[in-house]
Amino acid sequence: MILLEIDWFFILSKGGLIMAIILTSFGVAAYATWGERKVAAVMQDRYGPNRAGPFGLLQPLADGLKLFMKEEIIPTNSSKFLFLLAPFLFMLTALMTSAVIPWGPDIPLADGGFFALQVADVNIGILFVFGVVSIGVYGAMLGGWASNNKFSLLSAIRSASQSISYELAMGISLIALIMLSGSLSLRDIAQQQHGFWDNGYFTWNFFKQPLGFLIFFVCSMAEMNRAPFDLAECDSELNMGYHLEYSSMKLGLFLFAEYINMFIGSAVMVTLYFGSYNFPGMDALAASVSPVIFALICVGVFFAKVTGMILFIMFIRWTLPRFRYDQLMNLGWKSLIPLALFNMLLTGALMLWVFK
Amino acid sequence: MDILQILFWVLTIMAIGCALGVVLSRNPVNSVIFLILTFFAISGHYLLLNAQFLAIVNIIVYAGAIMVLFLFVIMLMNMNADTEPQKSWLVQLAGVVSGGTLFLVIIAAISKANLLGVIQPETTNIGLIKVLGQVLYKEYVLPFEISSVLFLSAMIGAIVIGKKDME
Repeated sequence: MILLEIDWFFILSKGGLIMAIILTSFGVAAYATWGERKVAAVMQDRYGPNRAGPFGLLQPLADGLKLFMKEEIIPTNSSKFLFLLAPFLFMLTALMTSAVIPWGPDIPLADGGFFALQVADVNIGILFVFGVVSIGVYGAMLGGWASNNKFSLLSAIRSASQSISYELAMGISLIALIMLSGSLSLRDIAQQQHGFWDNGYFTWNFFKQPLGFLIFFVCSMAEMNRAPFDLAECDSELNMGYHLEYSSMKLGLFLFAEYINMFIGSAVMVTLYFGSYNFPGMDALAASVSPVIFALICVGVFFAKVTGMILFIMFIRWTLPRFRYDQLMNLGWKSLIPLALFNMLLTGALMLWVFK
Repeated sequence: MDILQILFWVLTIMAIGCALGVVLSRNPVNSVIFLILTFFAISGHYLLLNAQFLAIVNIIVYAGAIMVLFLFVIMLMNMNADTEPQKSWLVQLAGVVSGGTLFLVIIAAISKANLLGVIQPETTNIGLIKVLGQVLYKEYVLPFEISSVLFLSAMIGAIVIGKKDME
């Protein structure tokens, strides 16, 4: 189907994939809110949500409905356009990273082609992730400024400086990974981690870059504004943070986008460090089942890993107390950046002299 | 019109419109947002030339870092149209003359430039990271290293100025 010299089948298939990914993200994020409350409840010896449906499973729906029904309030002295734009920007940047993540291996089609479970295989995939992270701060910043509230503004500035500071260490820790993989494409990085054990060593990047993963993980937590790095919305100091003046579904978008950030961030970490959709013994399995079933199993493995990562992030939130702001800045600038530089030098030296 | 041409026109109109918005909007925060959109449109042009690395670096460095700092400063200074002092017509005239001179220089430079002709995005790979790295680290390694030293000295200078009491 070619119209205006555009391959419409290509556009439609990619559009379908994008829809599927966005809906999945929303679903995962909705149940991440439920999961977080259950995890908190278990860790604090409570029941957690258990009224709406079995085990409180309908709680996310009830929460969403409640937010939709609330009154829409726009502060009189706010910049209206920016005030309305900010939550959408926040949500957009949260979802954009999903475009370059390979969710599973290629599915062979009947006509000899392939259907890639990835929206766009750009050869700068990691840099794309990094670029989206770096523009992700605008939603919080504009929202906080446009609300015309000093708590919101303080929180917006905290959020922006925090994310600028942690981007540096994140970038340097990624350089070490890129030196190992020799490619910026997330698809290549996923394929390089094939299986689990090869040539007498693990194939997953976590075992090659443990320090790099630690730095990347801490920085991701800071970029996601997750506790213990949730200085931008620390209730006891700033009431609620940059979304203090928001109500109804605009507040919902802000809160929801955080969980989407967590989901997509976990997916990026799994892709980069935990072998993406690869698992031990995948070659044996690939030989015995049809390619479509195999691809679906791989996607399932990917999501299992992502779920594990999300649970780990939740455990951290309910275990560690919040940093003080100067501690946060010291950790970012005086510990993580030198550590990331050391990791980069170490990786380079090992590649140059030890493992030629 | 194929899809590249459609995209080219959309991006061009967006770039020029947003660039005008930077100059014409009264509110500095709106100016900054227009400038960010301009950078995105220019990154789109890089993508049309198959220069993915340049496109994303443009976004990371300009839209993601420098403009955040711009926004930061503007938010902290709380500038808006009411508090801005009206400049005298002499200053405005000087601004028009100097800006116009710069414009003339750019026009002259472009008219003398040796244009390469139309670049086909399917065949060119001058903007890909591999080719760019080869050029930077083989042919221009000395200027590259010197400019990195320049950046380092600028960073150290900023830290020295930023330190409150140097004892």
